[in-house]
Amino acid sequence: METCLNRLTRRAMLAQTLRATTGTAAVVAAGAGGPSPGAAADAEAAWATPRGIWDAHVHLSGVPGTVEQRVDRLLDFAGRLGIERIVMHMGTSFVEDPSPEEVRRQNDEVLRAVAHAPQRVFGFVYVNPKHGQESLRELDRCVRDGPMVGVKLWIAIRCSRPELDPIVRRAAELKVPLLQHAYDRVGSNMPGESSCADVAALALRHPDASFLCAHTGNDWERGLRAIRAAGNVLAEVSGSDPTAGFVEMAVRELGAERVVFGSDAGGRSFASQLAKVLSADLPEPAKRLILRGNLQRLLRKGAHP
Amino acid sequence: MIVDVNANLSRWPLRRTPCDELPRLVDSLLRHGVKQAWVGSLDGLFHRDLGGVNLRLAGDCRRERRVELVPFGSVNPLLPDWQEELRRCHQQHRMPGIRLHPGYHGYGLADPALAQLLDLAAQRGLIVQLVVRMDDVRVQHPLMRIPDVDTKPLAELVRPRPGLRLVLLNAFPTLAGQELKRLAAVDRVWLDIATKEGVGGVADLLKIVPPARVLFGSHLPLFPLESAVLKIREAALDDRLRMAVEHQNAQRLLGTSDG
Repeated sequence: METCLNRLTRRAMLAQTLRATTGTAAVVAAGAGGPSPGAAADAEAAWATPRGIWDAHVHLSGVPGTVEQRVDRLLDFAGRLGIERIVMHMGTSFVEDPSPEEVRRQNDEVLRAVAHAPQRVFGFVYVNPKHGQESLRELDRCVRDGPMVGVKLWIAIRCSRPELDPIVRRAAELKVPLLQHAYDRVGSNMPGESSCADVAALALRHPDASFLCAHTGNDWERGLRAIRAAGNVLAEVSGSDPTAGFVEMAVRELGAERVVFGSDAGGRSFASQLAKVLSADLPEPAKRLILRGNLQRLLRKGAHP
Repeated sequence: MIVDVNANLSRWPLRRTPCDELPRLVDSLLRHGVKQAWVGSLDGLFHRDLGGVNLRLAGDCRRERRVELVPFGSVNPLLPDWQEELRRCHQQHRMPGIRLHPGYHGYGLADPALAQLLDLAAQRGLIVQLVVRMDDVRVQHPLMRIPDVDTKPLAELVRPRPGLRLVLLNAFPTLAGQELKRLAAVDRVWLDIATKEGVGGVADLLKIVPPARVLFGSHLPLFPLESAVLKIREAALDDRLRMAVEHQNAQRLLGTSDG
């Protein structure tokens, strides 16, 4: 399986998928870029979602079946709301402190997802920094020699720890972004769970790398402040309640170039998360950056290593 | 056409939101085809002068001309003479129902005061909306940590009260699994979709809860209205189900439908 999957290399995939589109203009009004299922019967169809949206944060969860069946189902839901491409990371099960074998198994599932729908699914390689050498090998297998286009870090270890440094250096060499789960819980975080301040600390040590701060802490009013000074960190808005005002504050504090749409589907609905951006009191060019342009810009770097 | 059964007037004390002033809230409702919204007051969570809160709420609703706002007054059964509050909501303000916040008023569902309140509300024919949560407990303000309402006693509260009509707002993710199924089996309990999550979450909910008892709710202005609107679109319901959730069930509950 690996040999077959690896025929689809990162550079080839990015070249294919980025060639046809240029910048933020690719997010277009509904009706101009494809069908709008159910819209004819929908009394609210006058308010249509844009098309061509990219989602930086999707899991193989929330829907049943094989990897391929899950991808089809998730893409069906995504397509109903104008989401054209999704970034997948981690496999069909969530393991907080995975062994190298478990990490490899989960990455194989994401490789299957990418192979199943290469025009709509990107993959980020999942690694556990507690296993440094294995993580670097997995980066090479899935990113350097494979189709994946970024790195996913979850909650095995706080990301401000020095164990992260070799992984970040390797990602920077490959010019791919790192997406780090970050929470700022009111009590205390889970063991190994990073805060937004951890992400900022790591990013400041590696100014040549690009980071997506996944969930922006969930407590986004706190998280946005924590990452504000780290210019190579983008706020990724997935996985929290659709509290009104989140994206407006993110743009005010960071600039629209540092905010990226993600959903955290299938645990979350695409709908509630997309609403954060679509409802925001922001100019359309800013929304286009958030819904696609910024992620596209990050991935474009990796297309020309 | 949409009837939103879960909107709020006034401001959340910890954050300004884009629609926390009435004109903008109404703009949002109109933009998405909401013809009627059932509104409580965020003041009702914290103010002790609930008589004043409900008076303002009723006045705001009465004065609004662009969209129909239906007031649901706040009643706190731990405050002295709450029965007078209930009477005013019903007789003075002509409200069709009340909205309860057990988490913010500091009582559990097993509290005898709640049982008495439900009895009196049922006798008056009032709809009772019960709010399970307002925000995510994981990231609440450290000085305002309010647990979700424990919904386990609900089924046994509703069963012996045949006149009670209970609407649970923001019941997810608290209400799940067997507990959700148990409550779904009890007539006269309705659920709104504001906090229902997961891909196609509304369609999944309709497989568990009878479709006649699922209501469109937004949790405006804390959540943008677009969240609930897009959930309906994501679920890709057929027209019969979509119209039931979007307005027919609420109209039937309020007694404004022939159906």
